[in-house]
Amino acid sequence: MTEPAQPIIQIQNVSKRFGKVTAVDNVSLDILAGEFFVLLGPSGCGKTTLLRMIAGFELPSEGRVLIDGQDMAGIPPNKRPVNMVFQSYAVFPHMSVADNVAYGLKIAGVKGGEARDRVAEALDLVKLGGFESRMPDQMSGGQRQRVALARSLVMRPKVLLLDEPLSALDAKLRAQMQFELSELQEKVGITFVTVTHDQDEALSMACRIAVINKGDVSQLAAPSDLYEYPANRFVADFVGSVNIFEGKLTLDEPDKAAVDCPGLGKVYLNHGVTGPHGADVWVALRPEKIYLHVPGEGKAVKAAAQDAPDGYNFARGKIKGMSYLGDITLFEIELETGARIRVSRPNLSRHDQEDFTWDDKVSMHWRADSPVVLLG
Amino acid sequence: MALFRRTPIAPLEYSRTLWMRLWVGAVMLFLYAPLIVLMIFSFNDSKRNVVWRGFTMKYYDKALNNDALIEALVNSLTIAALATIFSLILGAIAAVLLWRFRFPFKAAVDGTISLPIIVPEICMGVAFLMFFAKGLNWPTDLIWPLNLGAITIAHITFCFPFVTMVVRSRLASFNREQEEAAKDLGAGEWQMFRDVLIPHMKPALVAGALLSFTLSLDDFVITYFTSGPDTITFPVKVYSMLRFSVTPEVNAASTILIILTIALTAIALKLQGVKTIAETH
Repeated sequence: MTEPAQPIIQIQNVSKRFGKVTAVDNVSLDILAGEFFVLLGPSGCGKTTLLRMIAGFELPSEGRVLIDGQDMAGIPPNKRPVNMVFQSYAVFPHMSVADNVAYGLKIAGVKGGEARDRVAEALDLVKLGGFESRMPDQMSGGQRQRVALARSLVMRPKVLLLDEPLSALDAKLRAQMQFELSELQEKVGITFVTVTHDQDEALSMACRIAVINKGDVSQLAAPSDLYEYPANRFVADFVGSVNIFEGKLTLDEPDKAAVDCPGLGKVYLNHGVTGPHGADVWVALRPEKIYLHVPGEGKAVKAAAQDAPDGYNFARGKIKGMSYLGDITLFEIELETGARIRVSRPNLSRHDQEDFTWDDKVSMHWRADSPVVLLG
Repeated sequence: MALFRRTPIAPLEYSRTLWMRLWVGAVMLFLYAPLIVLMIFSFNDSKRNVVWRGFTMKYYDKALNNDALIEALVNSLTIAALATIFSLILGAIAAVLLWRFRFPFKAAVDGTISLPIIVPEICMGVAFLMFFAKGLNWPTDLIWPLNLGAITIAHITFCFPFVTMVVRSRLASFNREQEEAAKDLGAGEWQMFRDVLIPHMKPALVAGALLSFTLSLDDFVITYFTSGPDTITFPVKVYSMLRFSVTPEVNAASTILIILTIALTAIALKLQGVKTIAETH
């Protein structure tokens, strides 16, 4: 990547209303050439409508959609330089795999040897070489999806749109396809725009993610930024699992801050948050960022933390719930304030799950850079 | 004696219970016994056709050499073929329109389109008689096959709603994403229609064609009212032959018609592949 990436899709002040319902509310965002972009949000948030407006199946009530600098107003779906993989895959059931993949080429007037070569190439890309004469009803869901992918890729679109591509696959296959889709995207270099409600899918595949809530972009960021620096409560809660406590900002300096939470006590941070003093804020703390002390360990940690009094936060509580998930164990702990907090603990050794049991009194700590202070 | 031990009948294995077998047997008997008797007696060497008097093929010979009967059969097949083609086109278009578009008076069109199925045939027959004879002053002295026009139009009227019904129910299972996929790949409205929608409708079109053809071929009541002296169809001819006597010739002619219908149905199913007719999605 030597030159700065150019926006391939520009969505400018786009709104979409269905009767009285506003599905998309004044959204502006740029999707860069060559990136794997994910629209993430709960069902009914307007992410699919946004995708369908790029494809041309819905027309914006307001605003413009530009693809490669060209305004798409008045351009029907069959004339747009994008292709879509549908949620149901929409593989034509009466055509063989090769005919499905060749369909777009046939319409475009690509014939003979060139068409055959491109179909073979596309099928190889999705690892379906040798399946040319199969009929869709002789294939599994995963294979049908590959046919849909090949059918779109063979058109060499500027942008490939994918509507919930993995939602119909079982967990194992989904994990594998996440990997393959990213790999495929790198190989063909086409911009991918995917819609999903599954945060794992979004985090694992995307270059950048736009979190959509109620027709609006809540946050647009790279996966790790989205997870570690959520901009608001919606994003913090929707992406990953999180403990959120309400509090007041009592200290806010360039290198430190403190929030008084009725539920969690005083929470120290080792950076400023630039919020108004005394403002109502929320502290978000991810379960895996909290370290649970095995009996006796708490004192040693506290002693070690003497040098940096504001560097660590401590809390005490009682284990009220445990769920063993194999790789980690999830704890639900009742704090001394009566509030509950979720803590996850990796099972590093085979015997780790024997360390704790219900109603154990425990102490825990987290680093001062772990909590995120949210203003909204 | 393991050889004779039978596995017990499972709760849902109705086909192995005695009462179900008796029931199925009775249904088969009442459905097919008359047809089989009719076929057997077409080979009966007797004029009266009540007592079996030995095997003969002479009534087939007689039926096939009966010019009036053959003419009626040709008329019937011509009418059925024409009615099928036009019903298919009209019915499919109506189904797509009702499924796809919103237009003024859609509810009214939707409601009245199946009226020919509901209205008693005798009423339709009388209505057509009045319509063609008094209303239109339809000429009766046209040359063949134009003289079959009135009957054909009448047949199309009661056949195409069946096509519409079958095609509509098929369209209900159409995945609109397939339409969008075709357009996404560059297809225009007509290309999408040709490449995606018609293949989806095909089983319903075959079923609709079979329905139309058989409905038209064996229609008596409406045809009776719309046919003239030169436009006798097969069922009407058979009825007029019966008025004189029930000879094995009538049986032979009927047997030929039954075999013809079965053969045509079999060919149509073979062309289509029975599987796709049975499948619902």
